[in-house]
Amino acid sequence: MQHVISVLVENKSGVLSRVSGLFSGRGFNIDSLSVAPTLDPSASMMTIVTQGDDRIIEQITKQLNKLVDIIKVVDITENEYIEREMVLIKVSARQEERAEVFRIADIFRARILDSSSTSYTIEATGDAKKIGAIVDQLRPLGIKEFMRTGRIAIARKSESGEPAEKVKVPRPHRR
Amino acid sequence: MELSGSRILVECLKREGVRVLFGYPGGVNLPVFDALYDEKEIDVVLCRHEQGGIHMAEGYARATGQPGVALVTSGPGATNTVTGLTDAYMDSTPIVVITGQVPTHLLGNDAFQEADVVGITRPCTKYNVLVTKVGDLAQAVKEAFYIATSGRPGPVLIDLPKDVALAKTRFKYPEKVSLRSYAPALKGNKWQIKQAAEAILKARRPVIYAGGGVLASNAHTELCELAELTNIPLTLTVMGLGAFPGTHRLFLGMLGMHGTYCANMSIHHADLIIAIGARFDDRVTGRVADFSRAHIIHIDVDPTSIHKNIKADVPIVGDARLVLNDLIEILQAHGIEKMESHADWAAQIALWRAEHPLSYTQNDNEVIKPQYVIEKISEMAPKEAIITTDVGQHQMWAAQFYKFDCPRTFINSGGLGTMGYGLPAAIGAQKAYPNRRVICISGDGSIVMNIQEIATAVEQRLPVKVAIINNQYLGMVRQWQQLFYNKRYSSSYMGDAIDFVKLAEAFGAAGLRATKVVEVEPVLQKAMAIDGPVIIDFKVSPTENCYPMIPAGAAINEMVFADPETPASALAVENVDGVLTA
Ligand SMILES: Cc1ncc(C[n+]2csc(CCOP(=O)(O)OP(=O)(O)O)c2C)c(N)n1
Ligand SMILES: [Mg+2]
Repeated sequence: MQHVISVLVENKSGVLSRVSGLFSGRGFNIDSLSVAPTLDPSASMMTIVTQGDDRIIEQITKQLNKLVDIIKVVDITENEYIEREMVLIKVSARQEERAEVFRIADIFRARILDSSSTSYTIEATGDAKKIGAIVDQLRPLGIKEFMRTGRIAIARKSESGEPAEKVKVPRPHRR
Repeated sequence: MELSGSRILVECLKREGVRVLFGYPGGVNLPVFDALYDEKEIDVVLCRHEQGGIHMAEGYARATGQPGVALVTSGPGATNTVTGLTDAYMDSTPIVVITGQVPTHLLGNDAFQEADVVGITRPCTKYNVLVTKVGDLAQAVKEAFYIATSGRPGPVLIDLPKDVALAKTRFKYPEKVSLRSYAPALKGNKWQIKQAAEAILKARRPVIYAGGGVLASNAHTELCELAELTNIPLTLTVMGLGAFPGTHRLFLGMLGMHGTYCANMSIHHADLIIAIGARFDDRVTGRVADFSRAHIIHIDVDPTSIHKNIKADVPIVGDARLVLNDLIEILQAHGIEKMESHADWAAQIALWRAEHPLSYTQNDNEVIKPQYVIEKISEMAPKEAIITTDVGQHQMWAAQFYKFDCPRTFINSGGLGTMGYGLPAAIGAQKAYPNRRVICISGDGSIVMNIQEIATAVEQRLPVKVAIINNQYLGMVRQWQQLFYNKRYSSSYMGDAIDFVKLAEAFGAAGLRATKVVEVEPVLQKAMAIDGPVIIDFKVSPTENCYPMIPAGAAINEMVFADPETPASALAVENVDGVLTA
């Protein structure tokens, strides 16, 4: 199953490499990764989308927690959450197709950022499903370039109303 | 008053209680060596290779529980530390390594002797940091020692550019560290500890399985108390040997690939395993799918160790000593007298013990057996003697046949299996305890991997004794080739080309040799009487194999006790991992 993990880290050099090194060194997968400073510029938030069974996800979160520069790790997927991703799509649009591009953009509440005689550049935001759908619709017109940010996610509310603990007591489970 | 970075480093080391430093100089760390030149409180030991220096720091740390410190130069000096750092990381050994680095303005320029040391060592250190401002140095040193020694201990590296070592600033020693991103949980969860106590009270076939974490947290007294209070038999990992008296009636011996039959069978048939400061390493579990079906209590300070290889039923994250104290208290309060007696279980274990005890044969007129040498060393060495080993058959025989009764008396490379570890580790331990007997049990292959350090022992007048179990082979490799590769001894024979006696003498140490059984004891006595480093070349049987053994890929209860008649087929074990590695 796919998991979205929020990782609050010290905003200093080498931290990204520690995190990516952990994934590659232990054979974990990164589906997507996005990083930016938080409101407190001394910290950054990484959103990592990864996959694995319970045992692997447990190892990933614990191993991340163990890295010295990591402040907090939350598996957002454990509770209700909202996720978004932004894409920039340059789609070819000859005269007779221009209306079609507008129609698709409208349906998905995407914005046309730029146009040339042969193409439009579209910005769309949404969850994975919506992004998938707009790409499917635009593909027949000819996608020339495609950029995506990787997903970011936010919990609707953490259970206690407080952020989750850094050190989780592992759940007992049966072999 | 303003101090230079080098002076600040030295002042910080002193305040961390560092009395010995293992080092090797080079261009960019000369400022630090200069600051150490007239420093009375820090004894600088010049190793002869940086790998040796790191293993010395490890040996020092393992013998004392205090962090070992090493100082090396940039580039090749730093890359030479990688094996030692990885070794320390695997075996949770607290060391702080300071590497010199090219000046900050040259960083990234492929300067002479520049290497991306922080990048190279990131996966093999618990933490590492490049200090780019002299104002950050004192804090970095304080944090390094704190991180290396707290929680699950490990190696920390500080990369110090030359210009930072030369720059000056006001020195203020940081009295404390607070890291928002690092707070190891030490106190175990009370509720879980109660669950553990209840499981112990109910168990009919319980076993304690303890590892190096018990030594790291100085929990050997509590471990003994728990075992005696509950009368539960106990096995130790290779890293844990010494944490429980080897001569104790409840001791089952080491477990795992070359563990005792009774330890492995006890684990396999137990209904409760109490794992303390151990991590269910693959050399211990054998084939995981067929590992014991016991209920498992797992106590470890590192949360990632829990559920990693084997699922625990009662996971307890915490420091072994603190958790054991709580556990013992709860057991005493909650009717230890009501505890199930394990009479049947004890009887069963006694049968296993009798069925396949550790054994070998030695006739006086035969060639010396390696196990005999180790038994003699064990008989002659004082209880508090420190034994280090290299890696191979001799290491496993030492683990099997030497009776370790005191904590921190067995120092070997468990996780990484680093040949070349033994001699420098012995030097580190002897430096920490000049008055204790320190003996390195080595192999003819391993010893030459860091033989240059005998020069360090001579120069430092450290009376380490090196017993080479000379079987003319990379014995452990030869054993695997005999058993699993149809006796095709590819690149494992070395012969007796090296005259170790002359080699010792060339370095200024004493060299002795034993080729007959009757010579073993006298030669050992003679070595112990010599007041300096001694290398003893024990010419032993080249064909002796280390048993019992769980072949790679086999389950813990599928032990082999002697050379099979038809080797390859008899031991053709379906290997789940697809790899056979010695
Ligand atoms: C640095 C390193 N290289 C290779 C190995 C693989 N290896 C494991 S045991 C062994 C043989 C060691 O020979 P020796 O020191 O003579 O010990 P013996 O097994 O003969 O007692 C080898 C090559 C290793 N553990 N470490
Ligand atoms: Mg050998």
